[in-house]
Amino acid sequence: MTAARLSLQTVATAAFRLRELGIAIALLVAIAIFAVQAESFMTVGNWRNISVSVAVVLAVAVGQTMVVLTRNIDLSVGSIVGLSAFISADTLSTHHGLPIAGVAAIAVAVGIACGLFNGLLVTVGRVPAIIATLGTLYIFRGLVHEVSGGTQVLAFELPASFKAFALREVLGIPALAVIAIAVAVLGAAMLRWTHWGRDFYAIGSNPEAARLAGIPVARRVLLAFTISGGLAGLGGFMFAARFAGVSASSGSGFEFDVISAVVIGGVNVFGGVGTVLGAALGALLIAVIENGFTLLKINEFWKTAFQGFAIVTAVTVDALVTRRIQEALRQRRRREARDAARAEASA
Amino acid sequence: MSVPTGPPLVELRGVSRSFGGVQALSDVDLRLRAGEVHALVGENGAGKSTLIKVLTGVHQPDAGQIVFEGEEQRIGSVHAAQALGIAAMYQEPSVFLDLSVAENIYAGRRPRGPLGSVDWSRMNAEAGAVLAELGVDFGPEAPVRGLGVADRQLLEIAKALSVNARVLIMDEPTSALSPREVENLFQVTRRLRDQGVAIAFVSHRLEEVNEIADVVTVLRDGRHVATQRASDLTQAEIVRLMVGRSLDTLFPKEETEIRDVALELRGFTRHGVFSGVSFAVRRGEILGLAGLVGAGRTEVARSLFGIDPYDSGDVLLGGKPFRPRSPRAALRRGLAYLPEDRLGQGLVQLMSVAANCSMAVLPRLTRGGVLRPWLERRLARRFIEQLRIRAYSPGQVVQTLSGGNQQKVVLAKWLAAEPGVLILDEPTRGVDVGAKADVHLTISQLAARGLAIVLISSELPEVLGMSDRIVVLREGRVTAELDRSAATSERVMEAALGAATAA
Repeated sequence: MTAARLSLQTVATAAFRLRELGIAIALLVAIAIFAVQAESFMTVGNWRNISVSVAVVLAVAVGQTMVVLTRNIDLSVGSIVGLSAFISADTLSTHHGLPIAGVAAIAVAVGIACGLFNGLLVTVGRVPAIIATLGTLYIFRGLVHEVSGGTQVLAFELPASFKAFALREVLGIPALAVIAIAVAVLGAAMLRWTHWGRDFYAIGSNPEAARLAGIPVARRVLLAFTISGGLAGLGGFMFAARFAGVSASSGSGFEFDVISAVVIGGVNVFGGVGTVLGAALGALLIAVIENGFTLLKINEFWKTAFQGFAIVTAVTVDALVTRRIQEALRQRRRREARDAARAEASA
Repeated sequence: MSVPTGPPLVELRGVSRSFGGVQALSDVDLRLRAGEVHALVGENGAGKSTLIKVLTGVHQPDAGQIVFEGEEQRIGSVHAAQALGIAAMYQEPSVFLDLSVAENIYAGRRPRGPLGSVDWSRMNAEAGAVLAELGVDFGPEAPVRGLGVADRQLLEIAKALSVNARVLIMDEPTSALSPREVENLFQVTRRLRDQGVAIAFVSHRLEEVNEIADVVTVLRDGRHVATQRASDLTQAEIVRLMVGRSLDTLFPKEETEIRDVALELRGFTRHGVFSGVSFAVRRGEILGLAGLVGAGRTEVARSLFGIDPYDSGDVLLGGKPFRPRSPRAALRRGLAYLPEDRLGQGLVQLMSVAANCSMAVLPRLTRGGVLRPWLERRLARRFIEQLRIRAYSPGQVVQTLSGGNQQKVVLAKWLAAEPGVLILDEPTRGVDVGAKADVHLTISQLAARGLAIVLISSELPEVLGMSDRIVVLREGRVTAELDRSAATSERVMEAALGAATAA
């Protein structure tokens, strides 16, 4: 009986921990199909495209993962991307001497300010995150319109060094992808190795128990929103670099790509479950499908619908598997209790 | 057994605490000594939970002192209590299902490695050592979602062990455990006691109190009633101390003509929640459903009304079989349920009295799918009059009514459906005294008009005063069925607690 118990527990542990495996398999299947069907899919140039389009989503998705882990959500990231992209690019267009790192710093600072505002609304103002960030989605977007006054920052206004940055490569990997990978690795490490990172999981898993355990819940939630804002700011910088130009509507709807990646990646919207690796795989899966469908000239409707299909499938499968395992464990416990009672009775 | 009589490790002196006008604790003394298991007993609402929360820093007392090792302390937060070495485990273990066992044990105070990072290997090793000491069969890296309730309780103890707790508070730790698991838990408890931990043990199972406790403190209505050596008290004496009060409130149950059986349950079972529940209610009769909070009364009602599922058993409504599937189906067969949480489940606060009253019967008030407002108003006016609801018009918003009147609106909503059987779950909870008598009178009159009523109440005097018959539930099973003439506080309480009646 001990052996059976151990094996079931091991299986359960594995299944709970390896949510990412399913997404990885789906990703490999998608890649295999496109590699066979679309001849230009497996080319260096195409993968460079994919990696750059994943990069911005991934950087922002790392912050979103942290917020969602605490049982919250940040809908305003698309607007933060737009606001920080515009402010940093606009500053650069009038100060051509500004170093690249300085541009990035401005963008991140704008993002942190926005994230802090979101976090305060949720923790001090006690506004549910979905409402608070829906509001700030419009507020921040309104700010972009106000700051831009209807103008755009066009490519010719930006210095050549900035435009060259997006094209730079490190060991054959585009600079933007390198930034995103660095953010993801750092984010994953923080979630695993820092105390506040682990607290995110605890808070999302059981807020009341977290409070009883003496975890400073409000401070942690504030931190998650601030990080999400900061990374959305960084995403704004990456966005400006990638497109070498920003308009007032830049980044509109971007939050959906980010949340899709997070959800497909197995991060539970009820908090407590998920990893950066999962979110990264989710982002990659979306980008690969988008890219493959474009190469195969499949129309926009199917492309969009398929993204929705992927979200629904990921969440449904996740829920079903979790329920199955829990049910199996519950049944076994009942069986064991009965056996024990019988053994006691006969003794 | 020799009971240590040294100075207390932690002492409460004259502690009081009220919540919005309700005095949960008044002037309570308690002394917990090292190496002693101290049982806290009392009825529902006697103040046990509040007392524990004062000790663990969740609530702060309005008056009184907390003295720890001879020094007065202010336990202002959960953290402060932990720093003093006061740990608590609750009936429902408050665990993080998505985290590992080790992380649960060290939540909020994980060991730090270089650079202040989480030291996983040390955390798992230390947790493993604690678990080995407890002799449990799960490891530090197991996900808690895969553990049963008993294992989660042991996890809570592991948590307490890992902080080297000097005071361990166990709040009904055994309520969800099997006898074997309880024995296991008690062995660990005794070992901790022998190591010099002061243990406060809250339980409704008096045989467990007799088995494990060195000292017993009885609370009643937020007051300290007695503290005595456990060996000096029989279970019957504990029960007497718990209920010892006069029936000073009047409950007007009218004599009614009791007619044919309206509702009958046979072996009604939901695994792990209640099992083999059988009883019958007749028209004109009020059947009291007594028991402690968590005994399964509400759960039986919810399954009967089709809110929650059930596993086996038969239900007869008016002599014909009935399969609870949904509240809609139940209502159609003339069964109505007035839920415990009236504000959450019973009323739409921002809608008018009329709209609330008509909620369950809207199809009857419409023609061609269009609501006929005058019918709705007429319905509301009828109930305002009949139930003496203090509303100036059917259009008054429910939120502006007092608690008792709100309760009557809920009642009106179900009465509008013209049920044959009415289940009332804690109908007077949170209702002031005057309105309470009014609600009682209304219930009594409804019975007189031929309704069969099932009254769930945690207030003993209310159950005793209102019911023609009382069915007592304990841990999901019927432990007594008493006629009005045979029912006394002591007998109901004994059945609810499972006390040895022979003692």
